[in-house]
Amino acid sequence: MNERIVVDPITRIEGHLRIEAQMNGNSIEQAYSSGTMVRGLEIILRERDPRDAWAFAQRICGVCTLVHGIASVRAAEDALNYPVPPNAQLIRNLMIAAQYVHDHVMHFYHLHALDWVDVVSALKADPKATAELAQGLSRYPKSSPGHFADVKKRLAGFVDSGQLGIFANAYWGHPAYKLPPEANLMAVAHYLEALAWQRDVVKLHTIFGGKNPHPMFLVGGVPCAISIDPQHGGRGHGPMYRGGDGATALNIVGLQQVQGVIAQMRDFVDQVYVPDTLAIAGFYKDWASQGEGLGNFLCYGDFPSKGMDDPSSFFLPGGVILGRDLGTIHPVDLDKDGEIEEFVAHSWYHYTGGKEKGLHPYKGETALAYDGPKPPFKQLDIDKSYSWMKSPRWKGKPMEVGPLARVLMLYAKGHEQTKELVGMALKKLDLPLTALYSTLGRTAARTLETRIIVDAMQGWYDQLIANIRAGDLRTFNSDKWEPSTWPKQCQGVGFMEAPRGGLAHWMVIENERISNYQAIVPSTWNAGPRDSQGISGAYEAALKGHVLHDAKQPIEILRTIHSFDPCIACAVHVMDPNGEELVEVKML
Amino acid sequence: MNTVETLGEILRRRGVSRRGFMKYCATTASLMALPPAMAETIAARLEKASRPSVIWLSFQECTGCTESMTRSHTPTLEGLILETVSLDYHHTLQAASGEGAEQAREQAMTANAGKYLLVVDGSIPMGDPGYSTIAGMSNVDMLLDAAKNAAAVIAVGSCAAFGGIPKAAPNPTGAVAVSSLVKDKPVINVPGCPPIPVVITGVLAHFLTFGGLPELDHLGRPRVFYGESIHDRCYRRPFYDRGLFAETFDDEGARKGWCLFKLGCKGPVTYNACATTKWNQGTSFPIQSGHGCIGCSEPDFWDLGGFYQALSMPTQKLGKVAGAAIAGGTIAGIAMAAHNRSMKASAKQSHERVSTDELEKGE
Repeated sequence: MNERIVVDPITRIEGHLRIEAQMNGNSIEQAYSSGTMVRGLEIILRERDPRDAWAFAQRICGVCTLVHGIASVRAAEDALNYPVPPNAQLIRNLMIAAQYVHDHVMHFYHLHALDWVDVVSALKADPKATAELAQGLSRYPKSSPGHFADVKKRLAGFVDSGQLGIFANAYWGHPAYKLPPEANLMAVAHYLEALAWQRDVVKLHTIFGGKNPHPMFLVGGVPCAISIDPQHGGRGHGPMYRGGDGATALNIVGLQQVQGVIAQMRDFVDQVYVPDTLAIAGFYKDWASQGEGLGNFLCYGDFPSKGMDDPSSFFLPGGVILGRDLGTIHPVDLDKDGEIEEFVAHSWYHYTGGKEKGLHPYKGETALAYDGPKPPFKQLDIDKSYSWMKSPRWKGKPMEVGPLARVLMLYAKGHEQTKELVGMALKKLDLPLTALYSTLGRTAARTLETRIIVDAMQGWYDQLIANIRAGDLRTFNSDKWEPSTWPKQCQGVGFMEAPRGGLAHWMVIENERISNYQAIVPSTWNAGPRDSQGISGAYEAALKGHVLHDAKQPIEILRTIHSFDPCIACAVHVMDPNGEELVEVKML
Repeated sequence: MNTVETLGEILRRRGVSRRGFMKYCATTASLMALPPAMAETIAARLEKASRPSVIWLSFQECTGCTESMTRSHTPTLEGLILETVSLDYHHTLQAASGEGAEQAREQAMTANAGKYLLVVDGSIPMGDPGYSTIAGMSNVDMLLDAAKNAAAVIAVGSCAAFGGIPKAAPNPTGAVAVSSLVKDKPVINVPGCPPIPVVITGVLAHFLTFGGLPELDHLGRPRVFYGESIHDRCYRRPFYDRGLFAETFDDEGARKGWCLFKLGCKGPVTYNACATTKWNQGTSFPIQSGHGCIGCSEPDFWDLGGFYQALSMPTQKLGKVAGAAIAGGTIAGIAMAAHNRSMKASAKQSHERVSTDELEKGE
């Protein structure tokens, strides 16, 4: 039977994603990826103060809550040729790195794990055997029989209550779940512990940025002045007297707390995340040969040790890999016409030059033009437009971005730690290098990358402390803060490696205001629909050929889609300067 | 489905002592600014309750509100979903996708008709139903369908409460707040971009305890969390009173923690608990980390002038911004100020915390 399978909503992701799969018997012949929600943030950004833009852009996404703020301040700084002090660079590096570690761990345990871990099977586990399993993997101090017995009891109580809540209606008992009960119990325990861990480690963002989600940023530096004065003269005896507070959160107590968070992050990654990934992967080696997708990979690079204009100083290198060829890294130019372009052939947008042409983001043009089926609907018309995502291309080619792209780039460039970690993982799993080009490889690359980044954090922290000790407290450059110092017209691109992949914002400034703002985000690269040549993006390509054991329980689709860590609010937000003309907005 | 356990039974089975349970109730009473005697009442009601069904719908949103909820320390998210509520539909957290997910929502709505709590994050686009769909259904249809048999509706975050960023000028998708569409039900607004974690869980706890609404202000916000301006409770307030201001970022004043009013701080017109509960287990809040408040829990804060414009400066209007919104926000702020004073005592109580870890140990 050649039926169309629809999975909507795809849950355990950020945002609104729909997958339609055209079946040939029990295998996927063609897949269609659709973003089903639009807000139009880029038009909202027009006419705004470029210094305010980060706060708007940051609301593109609350999961990777920092990345659009960073890309936006970097876009303004690039446009205004506005350097930031070394301390600000280091603090940004620490904040970005913390986002990676937080995001990747949460993705693994809270968004992805339930594709591999059968929660119900954990009830059959022997806590003692679970402890032995866990102790064999790492020296994590919580791996005791008593601890696992407690978790099992808590889980049993939950299941016995008859109210399964977030665990209801899942595919428990599906034959695709391969873990023994003890591994399932261990993973459930770590699901809960990762929840507790993550709310502690976000405090790094809170110290530098005042809150999380959505910490504060600043064009020209970072907002948190370094307070070396141990006394806060204004504190007095008011209601907020807490003791130990300095003038700002970035005092000696705050810095010690940052150091504590770095250690706490490293311990959890080392003792829990990395061993769990490898242990679970060992049961799913059949996923090391499917779900590849494109074989093309794109990175912009990030973590500067000098300025953003000096890519040679980046800890993560940029470049393009085509067709798995690790021997040739192609350079990427974000400013150049004809390199990065967005297509709308199958997107619910209109281009004035017709839907077939691609446009560079500086000339970016889009207008909401929904011509899909009228809700409620059962199926999309995939021959026409079927997504609120556009289709970005590099020199006309679709690209995968994200942890796998970055790990391959580091590997290709000969980064020692990466080669060691990749070698260790492949040896443990007894898999060849080509196993990286798969659903499993993508998930494992995310874990290995977390280890690489969490290890790098200490260096940035130490450098920050060394600067402070040497008397350099600067966190902000006021030279170009006043709009009167700006050129009448300028443009710039702010790029970074977000946890989900290469991210860039293009900003055009005219008369102190934003005249055009375009963002191409990681999930647009990965999740976008077909282009005008009918060529698929990474999600659609990766799903092709998947065999579904039971079309009513398409767990195979979830495994591969989740391996990309979709972030769909990010991917769908674009809208054109002139969009309003084509949109009829009915206000209530 | 098996027989449903009451919360009291669950806690006893989990080995939570009577004393530990009473401590939890006392904390809840304190969090809600209720007299200590109310702890007994809370205990009595909680012991009888099975875990109430919560259906969480996500529309035009960024998932920041859900992320914020996961950061709650008291109660914790895992405590909430395993022992306190039955979170029957929530895109980011639930295991089931597609049909299974939609069935879970429908089952919960049928089994708990009239009793479930509906939580919404994100605004609803009225420009075209195709601007945002879930399982082929428009957001407005899903909202009205789910609201019909809900006991109450909680609009979490500034988008659901007031329209938020999608509604910012020129509101390209015709985004509206939940309260613009749900008229026959109480709607509790819990604004903030995102709201403080403990405020989200605190409002849930109140509803679960009393089965009813906390006292709300004229904007539908619980007074206990939104009764006072950030400025009034700010640790930098003494500098404002003495006329000591940071003139630019990272100047001497900024390093000494002087008032950020001249750098655009919106604390004086923003009613939220940031300065008292702070963020992420009391670690800091924006002003303490050197950036002015951007007013993210106030209606239409995106269009109330630049984030770095001092409140005393004339607002730089965008061509597309309505002046009325600005005036409205300010007047609302002034009206609120009068109420603040009486709320100080209760707000103080609200930041004495007991961790759930302590509670779970029973002492």
